Amino acid sequence: MSDRTGSGYLAEVSGLRAGYDGGAVLEGVSFRVEPGVRIGVLGPNGGGKSTLFRVLLGELAPLGGSVDVRGRCGFVPQTERSRLDYPVSALDVALMGTLSRIPWWRRPGRFERQRALEALETVGLGKLAGRQFGELSGGQRQRVLIARALVQDARLLLLDEPFNGLDQPSSRLLGSLLDRLAAEGRSVMVATHDAGQVRGWDLVLCLNGRQVAFGEPESTLSRRVLEATYGGEVMVLPGNGSGRDSAILAPYHHDEVAEEHRREHGR
Amino acid sequence: MNVAVQLWHALVEPWTQDIMQRALAEVVLMGVVGGALGCWIIFYQVSYSAESLSHALFPGLVVAALLGLPLLFGAGAGAAVAAVAIAIFGRNPEVGRDTAVAAVVSALFGLGAVLALSPGSPPGIEELLFGDILGVSRLDLLLAAGLAVVVLVSLCLLHRQFLAVGFDRSTARSIGGSPTLADVSLLVLVALAVLVAVQGLGSLLVVAVLVGPAATARLLVREMVPMMILATALALLSGIIGLYLSYYVGMAGGASIAGAIVAVYLAALAGDALRRMTGAGRARRQRLEEV
Ligand SMILES: Nc1ncnc2c1ncn2[C@@H]1O[C@H](COP(=O)(O)OP(=O)(O)OP(=O)(O)O)[C@@H](O)[C@H]1O
Ligand SMILES: [Mg+2]
Repeated sequence: MSDRTGSGYLAEVSGLRAGYDGGAVLEGVSFRVEPGVRIGVLGPNGGGKSTLFRVLLGELAPLGGSVDVRGRCGFVPQTERSRLDYPVSALDVALMGTLSRIPWWRRPGRFERQRALEALETVGLGKLAGRQFGELSGGQRQRVLIARALVQDARLLLLDEPFNGLDQPSSRLLGSLLDRLAAEGRSVMVATHDAGQVRGWDLVLCLNGRQVAFGEPESTLSRRVLEATYGGEVMVLPGNGSGRDSAILAPYHHDEVAEEHRREHGR
Repeated sequence: MNVAVQLWHALVEPWTQDIMQRALAEVVLMGVVGGALGCWIIFYQVSYSAESLSHALFPGLVVAALLGLPLLFGAGAGAAVAAVAIAIFGRNPEVGRDTAVAAVVSALFGLGAVLALSPGSPPGIEELLFGDILGVSRLDLLLAAGLAVVVLVSLCLLHRQFLAVGFDRSTARSIGGSPTLADVSLLVLVALAVLVAVQGLGSLLVVAVLVGPAATARLLVREMVPMMILATALALLSGIIGLYLSYYVGMAGGASIAGAIVAVYLAALAGDALRRMTGAGRARRQRLEEV
């Protein structure tokens, strides 16, 4: 968590409006990402988390405001759409991270392979480097994609709901991996529905068609903010001894709530 | 002893002839191009585009034959016309790309047939449809060799780009890949490969060498580069089998090559099914041990 105030930020977004042909689905987003922070991105289904990531990646042009991303951005998508019969090993996928790092006509050499192996090692998959990508479990595939981002030397990693579908040991593994990446000075932005987990991170960004709040979890995740984020459909659970409450989503209604919210705001 | 000598003689004899040497050279060119490129055609699912393209350039072949030009020039011009026509008609949202391709391809193919069957045209429409591998000229070969080199060099240069985009195009841009670059260059390479192989296999059969060997190799190996090498080897094998058939049995060259490609594919398919049945249990046990 080095240097949160200096000008060496990795990304700065201000007054962002983003959306698709049908109009804006996200607006009023302003935040800054310093090196070495873990940022939780909370929001209901349809709240705009994936949309924000697409803007940061440069895949979706903002409708308004400014987006300044410095350095490389790595990405682990929400639903990974690679074909499982595609003829690549975990190592091959990690090596794809060299695509923009070495001239595009060159083949990866010994140095790049070493890097890719180390990255797989880092995500705990050193032993499975030669395994066919499609034969890995969902959680392992996700970590291969993180390794690919490490090979790419991404300073900012965007992970879209990476904890979905992970069992507890895998979740813990991924959680401590994120901690380690942040300790190295990389920043991670993680879209998630687990407000409790976000409390252990450095910053939280709450989205619900607009930016509800941005700041340190302790002071930011008040009941009021959570209700505004999830549209009043929050089940509050007692926190685990930290004296704060954890919030968990009620499992439905969120799309409707988000729609309603949007309608109220004149869209 | 005597039998072995005779067999050897029978195997070698065809290649002492000029015509067969040129046919073999064409088989090598289309095998190398078709095998390697075919793997990308399969994983990018552009077999239909390759087939459409090879049919749509038919009138170009006919015109070249009428004018006595190298077929490659006709094929190139035909492919260019087809591409432009598809681009123009496909743009109309009411028609849709799919329909536009079908309409343009049938229209062009019909035009080719009309030209080829007109009273003034020289006989030999079959050769344009099914290839004339025994009639390849030295000039044809030189031109095809030039194109083959372009295709192979491009495949080497673009390998990582193709691999990354084909893996997952939705995240390819985040690692510096470009789906547009990959798609466009793949289609250009497919067009060049069609030009290389159309001389030997004709407008109707050319897609066999672009798809068949790669589809076979995919059943047998699970890494891209070995797959490309195996596909090339299978294409060469099928081509040589086809040439023997054509030499000794008198079957049409292009058709016997296409037939050999299909036969090799079916054999691999059967072998794969067999392996699945016997190997499934073993693989599962092995997996359990590794964990
Ligand atoms: N490609 C698209 N075209 C048009 N609208 C879209 C597109 N993708 C998303 N949207 C809309 O944008 C809004 C925000 O979607 P987004 O995917 O960013 O939500 P999210 O916060 O990631 O939700 P989830 O938790 O379900 O992943 C939704 O209302 C959705 O319908
Ligand atoms: Mg999402």
